[in-house]
Parts: sequence; C-alpha cells; structure tokens
Amino acid sequence: MRASLCATCLVDQFFPEVGEATVQVLEAQGVEVDVPAAQTCCGQVAFNGGFRTEAAEVARHFLDVFGDAERIVVPSGSCAAMVKVYYQELFADDPDTLDRAKAVGEKTHELTDYLVNVLGVSETGSSGEGLVTYHDSCHTLRELRLKSEPRTLIEGVQGVELQEMEASDTCCGFGGLFSVKFPAISEAIMEQKLAHIAESGAGTVVATDCGCLMHLRGAMARRGLSIKAQHIAQLLAGGEAEGA
Amino acid sequence: MAQVKSAQFKQASERAVHDPKLQHALAHVMDHFTTARASAIAADFEEESWESMRERAAAIKAHTIERLDYYLDLVDRSVRRNGGHVHFADNAQQASQMVLDIARANNVKTVIKSKSMVSEEMGINQILEKNGIEPVETDLGEYIIQLAGETPFHIIAPAMHKSRQDVSELFGRWLKTAPTEDITRLCVIARDALREKFAIADMGISGANFVVAETGTVCIVTNEGNGRMTTSAPRIHVAIAGMEKIVPAIEDLALFLRLLPRSATGQRITSYNSFISGPRNPSDEDGPEEFHLILVDNGRLNLLRDEILREALQCIRCGACLNHCPVYRNVGGHAYGWVYSGPIGAIVTPPMTGMEQAKDLPYASTLCGACRDVCPVKIDIPKLLLHLRHQAAEGDGKHGPVVGRLERAFIGRWRKAMRTRQAMESGARLARLFQGPFARGGRIRRAPLPMIGNWTKSRDLPALAKRSFVASWQERQARRAKGGEGR
Repeated sequence: MRASLCATCLVDQFFPEVGEATVQVLEAQGVEVDVPAAQTCCGQVAFNGGFRTEAAEVARHFLDVFGDAERIVVPSGSCAAMVKVYYQELFADDPDTLDRAKAVGEKTHELTDYLVNVLGVSETGSSGEGLVTYHDSCHTLRELRLKSEPRTLIEGVQGVELQEMEASDTCCGFGGLFSVKFPAISEAIMEQKLAHIAESGAGTVVATDCGCLMHLRGAMARRGLSIKAQHIAQLLAGGEAEGA
Repeated sequence: MAQVKSAQFKQASERAVHDPKLQHALAHVMDHFTTARASAIAADFEEESWESMRERAAAIKAHTIERLDYYLDLVDRSVRRNGGHVHFADNAQQASQMVLDIARANNVKTVIKSKSMVSEEMGINQILEKNGIEPVETDLGEYIIQLAGETPFHIIAPAMHKSRQDVSELFGRWLKTAPTEDITRLCVIARDALREKFAIADMGISGANFVVAETGTVCIVTNEGNGRMTTSAPRIHVAIAGMEKIVPAIEDLALFLRLLPRSATGQRITSYNSFISGPRNPSDEDGPEEFHLILVDNGRLNLLRDEILREALQCIRCGACLNHCPVYRNVGGHAYGWVYSGPIGAIVTPPMTGMEQAKDLPYASTLCGACRDVCPVKIDIPKLLLHLRHQAAEGDGKHGPVVGRLERAFIGRWRKAMRTRQAMESGARLARLFQGPFARGGRIRRAPLPMIGNWTKSRDLPALAKRSFVASWQERQARRAKGGEGR
C-alpha cells in the first residue's frame, strides 16, 4: 500500500510534528509513504477569499504534483474537502482540469477516512492516558461526513477515554481569514467552544485540522489554560510525536 | 426602500458581541429554537424521510423558480378568477405606491398588519404614517418593535432581543399602562390595545408564506390568530408577497406546512394556517370586500438571473439557518443592517441592495455548513456565499471588484509564494527572519501588523517552525539514500 502525503501548508510551516506523526501512523500500518517535494498548498485560502484566479493557479500546481499518486492522504479535513469538493466548483468551467480534479479528488483522503475506510483500521496500536474530547472540525464533519471515523480511532487508543463535549459539532470560530477579518466574532464563537472543552473535563482536545487547533491552542495559551490541543495524528502516533 | 446599513456590519457586530443583554437573549432563544426543531423532527420522521421531504420541497421550489414567468401569469389568472386584483411591483417604492393608491381610493385611515418581511423591505409603515394613515402591527413581536421604532431582529422572532422589562417600559410609554413583568399581563395589554384597532381598521395588510398558483390562494401561517383577524375583519385585504413565494398546487402545501413550522419554531403545526382565495363571496356573511395581491420583485430578479444565486429564491423564511449559525448566534439580526439576517441575509442582501455596501456579509461566515444541513429547501448556503465572495473579489461582469487592497495584496503575495516549492521555502525563510523580534518560546503574543494584529488580539500565534516538514523529510531521504542511518 502506497500513499503520498499532502502535508498542508499549515503543517508544513507551523506544525512539522503533525507531519511526522502522520507518517509514523501510516508507516505503522505498513503504508509506504512518500512526501512529494514540490508540494505547496491546496489553494483554499484564496478560494475562500473569492480569489479564484489565484486559487486555480495553485490548485493546478497541486494537481501536477499529486496527479500520479496512488492515494493522497491529508491530515486536514478542510484541505481534503477543498480538493475533493471545491475543486469541482473551482474548475467548473474548465472541463479538462475538472476531469483531472475529479480523478485526484477520488483518491484523496483525510487521514481518519484513509485509516478507517481504506485500510479498515480501528486501532493504531498507540497508547495514551486520560480523558480526551473530540472537536468536530466543520469540513471534516459537514463536507466529508466523517463523524464516526475519528471517534473510532480515538476509542482505539489504549488508556484513553473519549469524553464528548457539548456541541462538539459547532464551529470553533476559526474560519480561515474570517478569524482576522472579524476578530471579535471569531473570539466570541471561540469562547463558547473553550467553555465546552473545559466543561467536558478532558485534559486533551483532539481535532483533525490544524486550523482549528492553531486557533484553540493560541486561545488557551493566551488564557493560561492547561488543556492540551492535539492533532489526531499525534494521539494516534502514541504520544511520541507530541507538539506544543 | 428600508435603509441599508450593512456597510457598518463590522462595527455593529462588534458592539453586539459585547452587549451582555443581547448575548443573554441570543443564548436563550437560539437554544430553544434548535432544541425544539430537533425534537419536533425526531418525533415524527426518520432521518431519511425528513431528507426526502427536503429534497421534494427543494425540487418544487426550483421547478417554480425556473418557470417563474409561467407561474406569475398563472397566479394572475387564478386570483382574478376568484375576484381579486393582482399587481406586479418592480421595486419597493412601486409596491408602496400601490398600497397607498389602494388606501386612498378607499379612504383608509387605519391599517392593521400581520407579519410581512416584504413590507419591511418597503418600509411601508413610515410611508403610511407620512401620508396620514395609521399602520398598526398586530403580531406581538412586530407590535413591540414598531413601538420601539426598530426593525426585526430575527425573521420569525422579531422582538426576541426585548426583555419583559423592555416591553413593559414600551407599553408604559405608548399605552400608559402600569409597569409589570408578568408576561400574561403584558399579553393582555397588547391584546386590549390591538382589539380596538382590529375593530376600526379599514384595511389589512398581510404577507404570504405561500401563494398557490393553480388556485390563487394565499397561505398565511401564524401563532397568534392576528393573521386571520387582519385578513378578515377590515373591508380591504392587501397581501404582499415576494415573487419567490409561489408554489404550483395546493397539494404542495401538505409538504411545506410540515417543513416550515418544524424548521422555524419547532412546532409540528402552526396554530393558525389560513388559506385565503380572494374577497368575500356574495353569499358570505363577512370577509373583505376587496382582495389585492402585490407581487414584488425588488431585486429578486438579480438573484434569478444568476444561475447559482437563483437557489436562494427557494427560501421559505423559516429562520433555521439563523438559529444554527455561529455568527448569527453571536451578533444577532440588527448587525446585518437590512431586513434579512443570518446566512440567508448574507446571501440575499448583496444582490438585492448592491454589493458595494453589503460586501462584508458574504465574508461574515466561517463556512461551517451548519446552515446547509438544516435548510428545509436544501439551499447550499456555503456554495452561494463562496460565489458571492468570488463576485466581490473579481467582479460580477457588471460591477468591478469590491474587496479591499489589503486582502488583495495578501492573496497576491500568497500566490507568488505558493506557485513553486522554491518560492514557498524562500518566502518562509524571509518570514522566519521577520518574525524573530516578535517570537518568544515559539509563540507570538503581539504583532502590531495588519491582519496578524487582529489574530494576536485574543490568541497567540505559533511562530513558523525552524524548518519546514517537507524540507526535513527531504534531508532525511537524502541521508537515507547515501546509506546513512535510517529514520
């Protein structure tokens, strides 16, 4: 089994430890991982901003880089959704690229989707401890419809108990550029999420997207909260590749 | 037309998130609506059957909108056959003029109104007042905001931001009643005041939840019975409806009257479902002598002409997207600056009032998609918001781009950096040098820069990693290839 890892620009530049953890999780399942050296970004930030010309240019680069891959694994629900769902909007008027985009979209998987639905894994053989709560990243849940997959994997971690928070499926307030365009609203939404995380009593909050995690981690650090915000790959790698 | 204040969205939304009274009201009412909706649906339907109802409703609406000219004509013929009059208004001003003309021709002094969002677009109350005609809202929520001189805070709960104390104060000021916090007492006060108006009004203005093309029937859904009073007691009934309110056949209501109350208030059925097909018959003992239906465009054709935005005309104004929107739930309705708020407001306001002044609205969403999952007519709200953002950033063919220079510059830089790996690495190297003075222990706590400064107001920003993941990987692979130690 071979898979090409799309690290995503956030993991690549801010959270390399999440990339390491993803590789570790995949290799532990016997997957032969490669990391295409020319990769940059999926184009989501420009697409969501309305700048489709710029988004299309970067998305074409993505298609060039990953076009020949057997499978593409992405440790991010929103980047995977960009490729699987929104490339079809982006290239709606460009039939040739649209065909390529569809083909690439079909073999692109968010990490938990790949583990559970392609490899048929429910336990990654990792261990941890204590209560973990799961935040449903919006695009993982409502674009890719992955709800049980991450939960199955979390429950498969030895020594860890999944403790659901209230409104786990409500947005954390990140929203990409939204967070800097409307900081007051973003913060207000975030406060409610932080309260739900804290009320769950869990020592760790896990998510599938580094966007949400950057947002939550940054907020918890500012507020002096000691709850850990972890990418699911880090939990599934068994704590050896933990980040901040 | 009602004043558009959407250009002030940023300031207004910031005020709203820091207004404790507003926050209190939002937290309570929104949770009530979402919980009630979920249990009302779960009580009667399996997930699949609810889903198939949504699909059918979406298909009926899409069908009607695709053939709107045919159905407008059919409505016209049906209403006339029933003895009513039909008027087509291009815009709010024309619609208001039609109402005034009907009122003047019949020497109308007092108008009672049941809830109508289109009449909010028109700002009809102010226009009637200016012309010496007294308008009285008879939906309790609408009555309260009329006394307060405000616009609806929510499509179906216009006065949800008012506390019982606020209402008591308003009644004291305008009706000279003694202060009370007893809700039943407050309702009795309103009822007494409104009964008088019901008795003397010459004309009733209503909205329309649905207009049935085949039968010429206006369907109105209310919980207070005021809709029925408004449409039956006065001599003249004027129904005002957006053109998109049409459904083909009366049977279609069997579907929509299941979807609407559950999605809106979480009721299995609304208390009063009124079906009005024209004025009184000669054999009827009562009912209005005249019936008018005003069908209003007011920017709806701008939506219809756009193949993607057209979908927004499927909306039945249930408010579910507002109730489930993390943004609406924190800023409330007034921040959006015009008649419609929340996700659907963010979609219809730019094409109906002009992109320039409403350009922030399509961006006032995290694209979380919660709205799309609850929409009873399956409007793909995130897709439509993204389409509007595209128009804002690149122009819509008729108008140029309206997005600010700062974002444009940011995206320009981003594009240059993301075109090739080399560009990305050298961009990151530069950024690492630049972040030096700001980063402490891998975190940036304060950076007085555009955009980034907005982040660090309430959150730490992680510093860029010393080396990118891809670069580290490549190095390791190179070492491995040379026969050095493995990973």
